[in-house]
Amino acid sequence: MTHLAQFAQQFDQIFVLAKHWLLGYVPAGAQPLCSAVLSVAPIIIVFPLLFAITTLLERKGLGRIQNRYGPNRVGPFGMLQPIADGVKLLSKEDIVPITADHAVHFLAPLLLVSASFMDYAVLPIGRNMVIVNLNAGVLFFFAVGSLMELAVFMAGWSSRSKYTLLGAMRAIAQMISYEVPLVLASIVVIMQAGSLSTVSIVNMQATYSGIWPHWFVFTPWGFAGFVLFMVAATAESNRSPFDLPEGESEIIAGYYTEYSGFKFALFFMGEYIGMFATSGMAITLFLGGWSAPFSFLTWIPSYFWFFAKLLALIAVFIWVRGTLPRLRMDQLMNLAWEFMLPMTLLNLLTAGIWHFMPAGPSRWLVCSTMVAVPCILLSRGLKHKKKFQVHTYHYSE
Amino acid sequence: MVGEGILKGMAETARNFFGSFVSKDRLTTVQYPEEREPRIEAARDFPFLVYDGADWQQGMRCVACQICEKECPPKCIFIEKSKDKKPDANGKPQFYPAVFNIDISVCMSCQICVEVCPFDAIKMDVDYDLSTDDRFGGLLLNKQRLSKSNDYYRRIHPTEAAEVDARLAGERARQEAKAKAATEARLTATAVQPASGEPR
Repeated sequence: MTHLAQFAQQFDQIFVLAKHWLLGYVPAGAQPLCSAVLSVAPIIIVFPLLFAITTLLERKGLGRIQNRYGPNRVGPFGMLQPIADGVKLLSKEDIVPITADHAVHFLAPLLLVSASFMDYAVLPIGRNMVIVNLNAGVLFFFAVGSLMELAVFMAGWSSRSKYTLLGAMRAIAQMISYEVPLVLASIVVIMQAGSLSTVSIVNMQATYSGIWPHWFVFTPWGFAGFVLFMVAATAESNRSPFDLPEGESEIIAGYYTEYSGFKFALFFMGEYIGMFATSGMAITLFLGGWSAPFSFLTWIPSYFWFFAKLLALIAVFIWVRGTLPRLRMDQLMNLAWEFMLPMTLLNLLTAGIWHFMPAGPSRWLVCSTMVAVPCILLSRGLKHKKKFQVHTYHYSE
Repeated sequence: MVGEGILKGMAETARNFFGSFVSKDRLTTVQYPEEREPRIEAARDFPFLVYDGADWQQGMRCVACQICEKECPPKCIFIEKSKDKKPDANGKPQFYPAVFNIDISVCMSCQICVEVCPFDAIKMDVDYDLSTDDRFGGLLLNKQRLSKSNDYYRRIHPTEAAEVDARLAGERARQEAKAKAATEARLTATAVQPASGEPR
């Protein structure tokens, strides 16, 4: 039994051990650089591969949701479709509009991709598997994540086209609005964990009482926080139903209307990589990171659990995309400022009360009511305020 | 409450997702090159030339009257009339088209050629697999590619073909009767002629 446990542990640490073994062959002077390369390279390989798989899964899943087959021609069951897509995008002509700001137009996709990759620096994708254990990891994550907004606006502004500018304006309005509930929703976890380090947040959740894990999602404030975080994350990654910045049917493709070929592929990839990163953050904060869902499943490697949870969240993203139509701009803003923001603030209060009340059913009852009642009241209020009237635009006249 | 409608919608899409794996009736997709929908009788895309019998050169109904060529709005038909006459399917000597080309990249599928043809020689096809990698030669259909048998016509447009066949058969019968009457009249005339003398 101990042998088995030891073997499981070694299997869990296989990548960490491999890295140490490889570093043993490197002269001491080059070790920091080689260590960095060995940590970063797998991220840069694995997540774009996951992106390729996700595009296929998304197209197949959306197809099934719409009672179609989805791509099934390239390779068995269409499994080579991402390769065909890649070849197509790479062989396309790279068009830069003649009036565009060439330097900014060129830099925008690069910034987007590098910003979305930098998010992974603080994501623990397994036990001892994190690039840097910053003691302000969560803060770093959100700071780097807001760079994506800059990239989007650079793209929209530099293309010098009305559609890209409209898309960029929408993107900025949306991303800034949803950044607030996104960060506020994650603060409850920081309050509870007492740390900004992603590693210690996961370590706190990787303990069990009986067979049940101590994931933050299994508390009233954690559940509310998780839902709010996921809604805000959907808006942050510009995915349906919050895909107004792209809005194919109204503003063509929003801020990347003027991008083609490889640069478009970079944008496409950057968006998905960013989505994986925010999903990874949701997993780290609320779903116990790399920890197993039951104590008797801890022998399965930690990185497996991380990617299983990530794929589950991606499936939810695809499912939501296949279900919901795009919101209108005012609905989007109302949701952010009139529902999400009050809910996240109340959630902060709930988490504080949870912390100071003695453990037991009374704590559960009080905190659940504190989450559920405002949610019902707020949504009722939103519903009742709906009036049908002729819109007059005061500022345009 | 917020989210009620969302959950309802999510349940619906989930039902679609799993249902499409379970029952094939849900899937509306036709896997095109392998499986095809039955062809619709009322469909029409490009004209073709009808021939009777087995040999397409022998049985061609077209007599190169060039009405369709003149009426064609986008001028996609090109006909060259023959110098000599050949017996048609009924054995009657007729002109025939030495060249009959239709450029289907120009054709707009208006069916006017079919409306004006007095010989029921040109009809509309339902064949849609016409894509080609040669955009000039591959889309310029010559006489041989245009010729399709009357059986094919009966197969793709059964109702219309039956009507045309009935009309043609009636006409043929009437002409035969007329010819018969004419020969009989000539016979009686020749019989009577010696008595009345030469008509001058």
